[in-house]
Amino acid sequence: MFKKLHITCNEATTICDRSQYKEASFFEKIKLNLHFLSCKICRLYTKQNKRMSGLFKIQALDCKGKMNNLSQANKEVLKKQLQEFEV
Amino acid sequence: MLQEKITLNSDKWIDNYADYLFNYAVVRVNDGDLAKDLVQETFFAGLKSAKNFQGKSTERTWLVSILKRKVIDHYRKINSKKGQAEVRMNFYDNGENEGSWIEERVPQSWDNASEKAIENQELKTQLEICIDNLPEKYGLVFRMKTIQEFETEEICKELNITTSNLWVIIHRARTQLRKCMEENWFNN
Repeated sequence: MFKKLHITCNEATTICDRSQYKEASFFEKIKLNLHFLSCKICRLYTKQNKRMSGLFKIQALDCKGKMNNLSQANKEVLKKQLQEFEV
Repeated sequence: MLQEKITLNSDKWIDNYADYLFNYAVVRVNDGDLAKDLVQETFFAGLKSAKNFQGKSTERTWLVSILKRKVIDHYRKINSKKGQAEVRMNFYDNGENEGSWIEERVPQSWDNASEKAIENQELKTQLEICIDNLPEKYGLVFRMKTIQEFETEEICKELNITTSNLWVIIHRARTQLRKCMEENWFNN
């Protein structure tokens, strides 16, 4: 039983990453929390990882508000190239 | 009831779909010039294979499927190139310390003062620099998953990678980003 619950720091950080996207399973979260009891480095990593997720969220919101468009000049060039290609 | 068959109208492609396709590409390759080239190639490929269009999907869907292939081909090319940036591992990979932190890679405490500046423009710029420094494939997967918030399944399907592969990439990308921000922002 204990063997099933024991995870390495490497596995703990991977689960921690998955949980940032709400994609860690319930069992994985239990294993992660048990790991925290004996590993303060992973606790610190997780705390900082959550903070990084906050930054990424801000970046994501910024990005969603942006629409990338081709300039009119680029469109004209592209139109010409397509016409030449068709001929 | 018979469904009306859709026909191609290539004269209107640029006006109707160039922006949509460009946005689609730039989100995935994070490079305006490359996205422009991919859109151009998509239109050319569309013209070349116009006779194969069966009219079962809309023009836009058909063009997007061509562009999707172009993006995947681009990443296949990158994958096969040697000399991709290496990510230093944080954990021992064998011996009795296997899976434990390598001492020099242990996370450092961060200066709390920087927390107040969380919405600071400089911080965003630094974060963007760190993301740009990721190896290209890591950057793509990370952006799609974290910034564009695509579903895991969608990314795997589009980039032809397995779920476990995706999580390894995400883990390595986040580790590298954490380190980059630690060195350039939080402990600065």
